[in-house]
Amino acid sequence: MSGIFNLQQVINSIQLGSIYALISIGYTLVYGIIKLINFAHGDFYMIGAYAAYFAVIFSAARKEHPNVIIVLLISMTAGAIVAFLSNRIAYRPLRYKPRLSALITAIGVSMFLEYTSSAIPAVGPSYRAFPQSQLIPERTYHMWGAVLTNYQIVNIVIAVTLMIILTYIVQHTRIGMAMRASAQDKDAASLMGIDIEKIIDFTFIIGGALAGAAGLLTGITYPRINPYMGIIPGLKAFIAAVLGGIGSVPGAMLGSYIMGFAEVFGMAINSILGEGIAYAILILVLIFLPQGILGKKTGEKV
Amino acid sequence: MSGKNSIMQNIVRFLKSRNGKILIGTFIFWLILYPLNKFNVMNNYWMHVVNVSLIFVILTVSLNLINGFTGQFSIGHMGFAAVGAYTAATLTTLVWKVPSHGIVAYTAFIGALLLGGIAAAFIGFLIGLPTLRLRGDYLAIVTLAFGEIIRVIINSIDFVGGPRGIPGIPRFSTFTVVVVVTVLSVIIMKNVIYSSIGRALLSIREDEVASELVGVDTTRYKVLGFTVGAFFAGIGGGLLAHLVQYINPLQFGFMATIYVLIMVYIGGVGSISGSIVAAIGLTFLSEGLRFGLDKLNSVTPFPVGPEWRMVIYSVLLVATMLYKTNGLMGDREFEVLIPEEEDENAKHSA
Amino acid sequence: MPNTALKVDHVTHYFGGLRAVHNFHMELPQGVIWGLIGPNGAGKTTIFNLITGVYTPTEGKIYFRHNKHGNEVTEDITRYKPHTIVSKGIARTFQNLRVFNNLTVLDNIRIAGHFRIQYGLYDSVVRNRKFKEEEIKLREEAMKLLEMFNLHSRAYTLAKGLPYGELRRLEIARALATHPLLLLLDEPAAGMNPKETEELMDMIRWIKKEFNLTIFLIEHHMKFVMGICERIKVMDFGETIAEGTPEEVSNNPKVIEAYLGRKK
Repeated sequence: MSGIFNLQQVINSIQLGSIYALISIGYTLVYGIIKLINFAHGDFYMIGAYAAYFAVIFSAARKEHPNVIIVLLISMTAGAIVAFLSNRIAYRPLRYKPRLSALITAIGVSMFLEYTSSAIPAVGPSYRAFPQSQLIPERTYHMWGAVLTNYQIVNIVIAVTLMIILTYIVQHTRIGMAMRASAQDKDAASLMGIDIEKIIDFTFIIGGALAGAAGLLTGITYPRINPYMGIIPGLKAFIAAVLGGIGSVPGAMLGSYIMGFAEVFGMAINSILGEGIAYAILILVLIFLPQGILGKKTGEKV
Repeated sequence: MSGKNSIMQNIVRFLKSRNGKILIGTFIFWLILYPLNKFNVMNNYWMHVVNVSLIFVILTVSLNLINGFTGQFSIGHMGFAAVGAYTAATLTTLVWKVPSHGIVAYTAFIGALLLGGIAAAFIGFLIGLPTLRLRGDYLAIVTLAFGEIIRVIINSIDFVGGPRGIPGIPRFSTFTVVVVVTVLSVIIMKNVIYSSIGRALLSIREDEVASELVGVDTTRYKVLGFTVGAFFAGIGGGLLAHLVQYINPLQFGFMATIYVLIMVYIGGVGSISGSIVAAIGLTFLSEGLRFGLDKLNSVTPFPVGPEWRMVIYSVLLVATMLYKTNGLMGDREFEVLIPEEEDENAKHSA
Repeated sequence: MPNTALKVDHVTHYFGGLRAVHNFHMELPQGVIWGLIGPNGAGKTTIFNLITGVYTPTEGKIYFRHNKHGNEVTEDITRYKPHTIVSKGIARTFQNLRVFNNLTVLDNIRIAGHFRIQYGLYDSVVRNRKFKEEEIKLREEAMKLLEMFNLHSRAYTLAKGLPYGELRRLEIARALATHPLLLLLDEPAAGMNPKETEELMDMIRWIKKEFNLTIFLIEHHMKFVMGICERIKVMDFGETIAEGTPEEVSNNPKVIEAYLGRKK
């Protein structure tokens, strides 16, 4: 295969799509339950990337070899904690206020996380190189004319594993069932004895953890991080969630991979307009298929 | 004789009216600041801040017209400002190559400014038509996307410099020009809001279905509100371009819109007065913080970056939402901004 | 023989795969008060939504007789948008009050007169004579209407500050401000005590005469419906199961079964 449609691009698309998928699941879960576009979600991902960065730097300073799984857990924990705190401090008090207040608050939380990070001298506003080679030494494989690095393999394997675990939690555990019930009908779920606030906390924790993991994976594969790195991927992951049908976890995954492919191939065709393809997809979807690919259609009651 | 008299009477009557008071107030404001600057009591830097704050009044009130009065949550506002800024600057700087002085030059500038507004309004109209079927947060995200698309498109046009932008724009936005355009813009938007058209917009915000079912063509008025808002965003953008003398696509990104959005919400959704106070107040707060933080740097052992300004902003925004959801002014207005005939109505609604 | 004001011609409506209304047919004569009853979920409000253009029927047509240039014409309004239908002369109220809460009572009424306003954006910006005259006219009309409904002392109160009974009146007044020929009332007596219901009946009779209206209403309150309506249609599961005068309907075994068999 030659030209723009080659195996290399397919691999790149899958890898990008995997990162979007981890972020967009959090969007979709939160939206499913409290109908909030959590603008700060992309920043949980940034926090995850920095947590990984410091974990690697720290252990390298102590002449230890960092373990990928431990760094992954650190990223996920950092993302989860920040997500949990955002919910408790900023979103929870607004639960019964107009939805737009919560949306604006989310924008405020997002700004707060970005600018506080860049204001802290240890982080700073500028780009930093992610020390990925200290975490895993790079290896490259050549197959069928494409170049595959072990970073890409780690990226895809971790993402897919986490998605399998998440699907299991949502589909087969008690708390997952409670989450689905709450997303269906909050009032009914609460009448059935489900503690909605606990479920919302849990949803933020899971979403934050997955976003944190995506932060690490981005650090490994695109090794440049800065405090504003979450804005654009966050937005695109949200678009992916809308494309797949917001509220639907499989939808978010599907939408993310579609986005991954659209972007990688769009860029290959024209680098500047490729940047805009995500937005074009969003607009087309919302105008012609507002419920998304796997979403449910809802009408307004008069 | 009597003709002359009645002209005088009319002028006096006008000056006693609220619009007259606005005019007199504006003139006094100009009369104080202009000489202060001329004789270097107030330096150019602070004059620049005054101008910026007034331009943000236009941007904020126009976004409030869409978000606060019509209830259509838009976060792509700076995209329209970008259209206005690029149209106006392209005309004056790249196409007409207007000299920086003279009556002809200023006439051309005013023309370019208006065309910038019209171009922004046209884009607003095009975007509004398909988009405004969406509600609430979905609408927000689509307007954001459109704002970004406008930026991406400008980025890809070589004639306007792509990512490098347009440098060397003549400085037509003098204090006098900015004051006049700002006051005119606010009065026009105020007049639209206090009319049957404005009430139609408000009814859409309150209950779109009920509004349609008492005969308001909601689609038409949503697009209209959006178009008028976009027009003034374009005017604001054009003014800004001819004040800072250099534009590039990054200036009109998502964060810039958020900046205006913060002004709308801190000032008060559905309050022109709130938008005016917040736009001026926050612009000055921002500059004050810049100085304050610089001063801190000599005291603290670690460097205090300009980012703290934005941290304070974000905390202000979240705090406003948590503790004063309706902003400083709620939906109240200063008396001079309410037409006399709506007096009683407005007083009781505050 | 009176003219037909509204003809709902064998209308069927589906939501997704669900049939909400089946083959509803009605020829409403000018100047009558008719009622529509049935258990909850029978499809009554859907009928109102179809007539007012909120939904477009899956099958069937809706015709409305109104004045056009002083002539009475019958027009197919099936595919019109709600605001166009309002301008032809059909107004309605809602089951759950839908007034504009954060606007004054006066503004609630003035908005309903908006579509008759002749001035445009330009006129409102320059505030010319045309603008001023129209505004004065609109305000005077609105105040007159408020006086008729004994709401004039509340003109400058925000609607959300009104007690329930006054909100109900405001909603009817707002509907009348659109100058309708046909008024659709969706459960006007909901939440009212017997005395208030009695007063409401008098008021409906009075506005019918005063504004020369045709009225079609949905109500659960049997005494109310029986007392005011000349004819009643009964729906259940989207089907019309009976039709006739109050006596005929109340003696119809199918109606008794629909109500007593599944008490709401």
